[in-house]
Amino acid sequence: MKIVVLMKEVPDTYGERKLNLETGLADRGASDAVLDEIGERALELALSRAASIDNAEITVVSMAPETATTTLRKALAMGADRLVHIADVNLVGADLGLTAEVLAAAIRRTGFDLVIAGNLSTDGYGGVLPAMIAELLGVPYASALASVDIAGDRISGTRETDGGVMTVAAALPAVISITERFPAGRFPNFKGIMAAKKKPVETLTAADLDIDPEALDTPRSIMLAVSERPARAAGTKIVDEGDAGEKLAEFLIQNRLA
Amino acid sequence: MTTFPKDSILVLIETTPSGELARSAAGLLGAAARVGTPVALLVGESATAAAASEAAGAIGAKHVLTADPEGGASQLAVPVVDALAAAAALVHPDAILLSNSVNGRDVAGRFAARTRSALAVDAVGISRDEEGIVAHHSVYGGAYSVDCAPTFGAPVITVREGSIDDRAEAASPETTALDVPPSGVPAASIQSFEAQAVVSNRPELRGAAKVVAGGRGLTSQEQFALVDQLADVLGAAVGASRAAVDAGWVPNSYQVGQTGISVSPQLYVALGVSGAIQHRAGMQTAKTIVAINKDPDAPIFEIADFGVVGDLFDVVPQLIASLSARKE
Repeated sequence: MKIVVLMKEVPDTYGERKLNLETGLADRGASDAVLDEIGERALELALSRAASIDNAEITVVSMAPETATTTLRKALAMGADRLVHIADVNLVGADLGLTAEVLAAAIRRTGFDLVIAGNLSTDGYGGVLPAMIAELLGVPYASALASVDIAGDRISGTRETDGGVMTVAAALPAVISITERFPAGRFPNFKGIMAAKKKPVETLTAADLDIDPEALDTPRSIMLAVSERPARAAGTKIVDEGDAGEKLAEFLIQNRLA
Repeated sequence: MTTFPKDSILVLIETTPSGELARSAAGLLGAAARVGTPVALLVGESATAAAASEAAGAIGAKHVLTADPEGGASQLAVPVVDALAAAAALVHPDAILLSNSVNGRDVAGRFAARTRSALAVDAVGISRDEEGIVAHHSVYGGAYSVDCAPTFGAPVITVREGSIDDRAEAASPETTALDVPPSGVPAASIQSFEAQAVVSNRPELRGAAKVVAGGRGLTSQEQFALVDQLADVLGAAVGASRAAVDAGWVPNSYQVGQTGISVSPQLYVALGVSGAIQHRAGMQTAKTIVAINKDPDAPIFEIADFGVVGDLFDVVPQLIASLSARKE
């Protein structure tokens, strides 16, 4: 079974994240770049099930600047079999539509039975790419899964939505997205890191996928303005001397919040 | 045949499993009314009932389209996308608005990819300039504001629940039943659905005006009841940090943060929440933040308008008593 895992390089959520106020793009120099945690969970799912699946081959597909290779190699060290890295300066600032077209084309080129993605990235927080990719590939999409069974030619799982829990199923090939309910990704060990050096890494451009990032016939979402909100400042801080509850009640009432 | 105004904004309204309009509907129609004429699309068997159209009219839909596509109750997203495609072809709207819910995102993603429309997600506001509809976003946990628009064509926009305060005037809508040709796109099938029981009459976390959230400092599921008590005194919704959710004290639907729910209430009270950056990303756009924590160095104090360093098991009961006394 050919499993494709979608992964992404993101600014470390634990650090400061910045947008460049002139270009509106993520300031990649402002913080450490890491693999998105939810993508690591998606890869962990693939790795943990690989042993029980016939001829499982796990390919990580990522669209990211050339500089992301080091970050993406971690996925190989964790245990993925190969990496398809789409790196193209013409794709910098790609909107959701263009990103979906590129990833769908790369997935089709790679070949797939199951595509696994995180439900929401920790930076863009979009949560729509897997649905867009499923539509472009013409396959079912089971989203926001909290558990999943992969059996032969079919997946099933539970899906947490507003108001309840759903059991869903789909015939393969299919796209699924998983939530934080899944376990965190494993740490690469020394053996994994050494093995990763020999694993195939394919670097593609948009042209390799027959995509023209500058084509004008498809509408694109463009940024008109970006601004930084003033940082939130700390207000009053008191140490409880036995009357903090009353003082807090006073504060809430004065501010018409109680 | 009905003709639709040139400034139509097509709004997909989700319905609950019991057939009522989703809570997100009023905000979506409010946002639509601000920039054009709201045309609501209701999908599903229950949506075809006259009551559903009336309910949509009461919150501002000027026109209502209803559809009951094949497979609507047994397939994920695709039948709704088919209905939305039929509605868009009929209405030629200036924009298409959906809720930024799990289902809303699934439909928006598929629809935008199918129709090659520009897609903007998790908008917190909509406006119109001379070139068309603009979506306003709040990114990196509220640290930046970003405005986006399509190069051309009608944008597809998902709107963050609870972010729109505008409400549209009630209308008496004209209702049109849509004929939806199935696309035949393969979909995941729904095997079963188990509704989560509504446990209280507290406001729903998403979109609540006040939120009381508990974290690791509550120490146990029994003690977490203190959060509920304060919430009830304030008329607030209950939220939690990931630590409290992971500990199993509350369901994951309570989780506020980067993963979980983003809230922008008037008042956010954090009890025993350290304020990890992922949690702050989901609540730091609150108007007023109050924090109680034993640890004077907890990062939550950096953004709190009123912070109390102290034992929440002393402070909160006193706060509840004090608020209750003043109410009488």
